[in-house]
Amino acid sequence: MTTKRSGSYARVVDPRGVGAAAASALTRADAEYAGVSSLERLEIQLLLEGVFRHYGHDFRSYAFSSLRRRLRKRLEAEGLDTFSALQSLLLHDPEAMDRLLRDMSVNVTGMFRDPTFFHALRQKVVPILRTYPFVRIWHAGCATGEEVYALAIMLEEEGLYERSRIYATDMNSDALEKAKTGIFPLARMREYTSNYLQGGGTRSFSEYYSANYDAALFDPKLRRNVLFAQHNLATDTSFSEFNLILCRNVLIYFDRQLKERVYKLFADSLASFGILCLGRRESLRFTAVETEYEEFDARERIYRRRR
Amino acid sequence: MTTDAAARARMRPDLIVVGASAGGLKALEMVLGALPRGFPVPIVAVQHRARESGDTFVEVLGRGSPLPVHEVEDDDQLRAPGVYLAPPDYHVLIEPGRVSLSVDDPVSYSRPSIDVLFESAADAYGERVCAVLLTGANADGAKGLVRIKQAGGYAIVQDPHTAESPEMPAAGIASAAVDVVLPLEQIASELVRRAAT
Repeated sequence: MTTKRSGSYARVVDPRGVGAAAASALTRADAEYAGVSSLERLEIQLLLEGVFRHYGHDFRSYAFSSLRRRLRKRLEAEGLDTFSALQSLLLHDPEAMDRLLRDMSVNVTGMFRDPTFFHALRQKVVPILRTYPFVRIWHAGCATGEEVYALAIMLEEEGLYERSRIYATDMNSDALEKAKTGIFPLARMREYTSNYLQGGGTRSFSEYYSANYDAALFDPKLRRNVLFAQHNLATDTSFSEFNLILCRNVLIYFDRQLKERVYKLFADSLASFGILCLGRRESLRFTAVETEYEEFDARERIYRRRR
Repeated sequence: MTTDAAARARMRPDLIVVGASAGGLKALEMVLGALPRGFPVPIVAVQHRARESGDTFVEVLGRGSPLPVHEVEDDDQLRAPGVYLAPPDYHVLIEPGRVSLSVDDPVSYSRPSIDVLFESAADAYGERVCAVLLTGANADGAKGLVRIKQAGGYAIVQDPHTAESPEMPAAGIASAAVDVVLPLEQIASELVRRAAT
């Protein structure tokens, strides 16, 4: 078992963009541990290949462990025993494919998640943005949009929103439709209010929404300068130049090769001295673009292009 | 013991995964503090804790252990000696030789979830993983232990009588055919013994 597998799985997880040493370590690890569920792994690869070739949805470069978890959930929900059976269902039943798509593209989000990050954004990044006559922002992987509204609120309070444009993108059109409504569960407002205040909010958070049964409807004026659009980080290219890009806890679902692709895409999409914000446990270290940035706030994972 | 089982009992793990909940800080301090400097197997641990618990938790564990203790970053490579602690509000999943993070929904109200860690470790490492379930007041980790055993891994559970909260280790013992149940103070020496085989 330790010698045989040269491994097509290795190609799935094996990043082209990293050093050869790391790559060979991965291949070796893969070969050593492939014994238990190698058949299941093969079935998953075939399923992903089939989905890609038949529907064009490409999940082949997703982080394998999270991907397998989500696929297993779909497998159980469909009452099937093997990924081969699931593959057959997906290929012959577009509605089953839609259900899988929803599973695959749901990213959990919230308002002012990580208040210290929003505090740093307000205290350190806003003063830089203020020096520009016009501020262009890309919120990549915005899911159902909570963080987009949070950003709009912050810009509004800093007197910067009138000259800002937020391009909020996600691969999931259902999520974008939800984001456009600005309706979020009322039950979460207590948590969001607390986050908002810790993150440096200057007003009363309840000014921004009206409660209706169990829903909080956010002021439609908050999205007057937001453009929601479908964009797939895995396959689409750069579409403009930005002063600020936020992409938090999205790339953790991608394998290293795809992460490298997206980091390159961001570097190509940032104006000189543009700012990139990642999630609390993500970083650019060991990536090909690392040297193009300085750590602007290392703790909050805010980077700034060197030129 | 059949030859197969004997061979498995001898197999040195390439990864140790640990789950702890209520009372876990003290239990983890004790286990990690008793391991020798240079312990040759990487350890990934999930401890349920509040989002606000910040860095102090990692610092406390780091001070009490001869091993370097890190809070997991996305894509971290697993190296020994080293302890990798799940960050609050993220699931930690195991890939061969490294970790990845997810912010998928909490599993049984928990994020990080011990089940998520254990199940992904079983998938990636099979019989070359050793799982340790410590004190806690819920049933997280029980499903994960089942997967660890199905994949041929080794399962150690803290004796519920020595646990600050017995529910979690008791649930683990009730669900999976665990290999050994030990009082807290003997868990480190069991890990050393396994790492040396």
